[in-house]
Amino acid sequence: MQAHLRVRRFDPEEPAPQPRYQDYTVEAEDYFTVLDALIKIREEEDGTLAVRCSCRSSVCGSCAMRINGHATLACKTKLTDASKGRDVVLVEPMGNMPVVKDLVTDLQSFWDKVWAVEPFLQPQGPVPEQEYLASNESMVHLTGVMNCIMCGACVSDCTVLAVDPNFLAPAALAKAYRFVADPRDGASKERLRALSQYGGIWDCTRCLECVQVCPKDVAPMDRIMTLRDKAMQAGYTSTYGARHTIAFSELLKESGRLDELRLPVMTFGIFNLPRMLSLVPVGLRALVRGKMPPIFHRAIPGVEHIRRSFRSAEAKR
Amino acid sequence: MKYAFFPGCVSRGGCSELYPSAVAVAEKLGIELDELTSASCTGAGVLQEKDQRLGDTLNARTFAMAEQKGLPIMTICSTCQGVMSQANHRLTHDPSYLAEVNQELKPEGLEYRGTVTIKHLLWILMEEIGADNLRPLITRPLTGMRVAPFYGCYILRPSWALGLEEAPERETSLERVIELVGAEPVDFPGKSLCCGFPILTINEKNSLAMVARHTGDARERGADAMVTPCPLCHLNLDGYQPKAASTHGSKPDMPILHLPQLLGLAMGLSPRVLGLQRHIVSASRLLDKVKVRA
Repeated sequence: MQAHLRVRRFDPEEPAPQPRYQDYTVEAEDYFTVLDALIKIREEEDGTLAVRCSCRSSVCGSCAMRINGHATLACKTKLTDASKGRDVVLVEPMGNMPVVKDLVTDLQSFWDKVWAVEPFLQPQGPVPEQEYLASNESMVHLTGVMNCIMCGACVSDCTVLAVDPNFLAPAALAKAYRFVADPRDGASKERLRALSQYGGIWDCTRCLECVQVCPKDVAPMDRIMTLRDKAMQAGYTSTYGARHTIAFSELLKESGRLDELRLPVMTFGIFNLPRMLSLVPVGLRALVRGKMPPIFHRAIPGVEHIRRSFRSAEAKR
Repeated sequence: MKYAFFPGCVSRGGCSELYPSAVAVAEKLGIELDELTSASCTGAGVLQEKDQRLGDTLNARTFAMAEQKGLPIMTICSTCQGVMSQANHRLTHDPSYLAEVNQELKPEGLEYRGTVTIKHLLWILMEEIGADNLRPLITRPLTGMRVAPFYGCYILRPSWALGLEEAPERETSLERVIELVGAEPVDFPGKSLCCGFPILTINEKNSLAMVARHTGDARERGADAMVTPCPLCHLNLDGYQPKAASTHGSKPDMPILHLPQLLGLAMGLSPRVLGLQRHIVSASRLLDKVKVRA
């Protein structure tokens, strides 16, 4: 088969370097991955094309790049799948990090963030004579998150990182979960305190991009949500994020549906004057346009069943 | 064509223009709506942060009510759609989990058997009504209007819970609707990204940066308006556009339409019935462009 690829090129050593797109046509076998096609281009057509790869079997995480707009492993993406319904396969470097050349990105900020969550066990208490023991049952839930191969795909497509470079981003937060939830770790509470700060678990916008693009099913956002729950259970409930979740749940328990007027008041606190005042212009605009939620909020019929479900869930926890 | 209607909380609250416009458009489309008046909020992904099983229980209760009516569910909110689809995916892929959740529904005399389909109005338009049946209903084509689609995260991801792998055309359904109403779709990078609403109270700076970026990108590419199937995206992109514009030095001039408003305009419904006067960013210039009187 013949495949057409449009590759984003960038060479910092050119005078006045600018990204540009270059089209290639490849004679490909049916079994080709996008990486196979890129290697063929590099070896047979254009030796200047920079591609980073190693294992070619979705283990090393070196060849993450954007294919048709989403980050993935080029070695795990079949060329026939990437070409389906398209005239040309769009190949670009990962986002949210600087490009070294063509499809090769600089992962320094990725590693800095992973390092920032202290990705190593910090056991407390006396050192055992032999190794720290953990039962299979207490570790098996971590196998999913331990699948992470540090490819950077989730970080590439993180929508919060795109507007705020301070965000720890999905890979580092999933790594943090891996240690918070490890029964041998003794620093979980301190980790949760640090993760509740600006740039941590509460800054995730729940856009599900990282869950969608992760090539190893780590589901980083799900780990972040579990960290939020663990942080609240550990008593870190004063952040706006935790207050919002707790207020939302309480209001839902009370009436069975969202009370949009009370939610921000409960999140910020009625005596939090600066934040309450910041709501005034938005509220006034909404009032003028007849866009205000009803002042008298009504519960749904059968709300007692919702409340019972809440009580039952609370008892189980 | 009859659906158990799940309007969601915001379509009767902060975006109270959405509910009547969706009902008016459904009537034009010949969709009979049987509203699930006792259904609860889906949890919106927020309750699920604390307790996913409780969220799934509340949604299973809604599914059981639709099942009792023998009807599929229609949503008009990307977030409701996504949260319900995820819950349904978990419940229908794990019989023992479904049995446990059903134990919670027993006192109310409800049981979910796992047979309900949940479809956003956007998907119903393309998959159940179809372009050929929709075309004759477009009595006021929005010729000359350039519209940027904005999907909302939860109607796109995760693809396996939303049936996008079986129906990949759902990923471009909004562009097809824009074409069908006679307008021109404007492609822009933000169309499948986050509007920033979920972190509005948590990190307003980042949330507003997203609003400014998406409305700015759409404007730069020549869009006259954006259209969204998600009222939460609408709340942020419309309601917070003035604040985002003032912090980012841009103009708050990008009208944000709900999906039923775009359809309703092209079907000849009056802007007042569609609640277009209720937007924070005025849609009047947009109406002038397609020569519709407010």
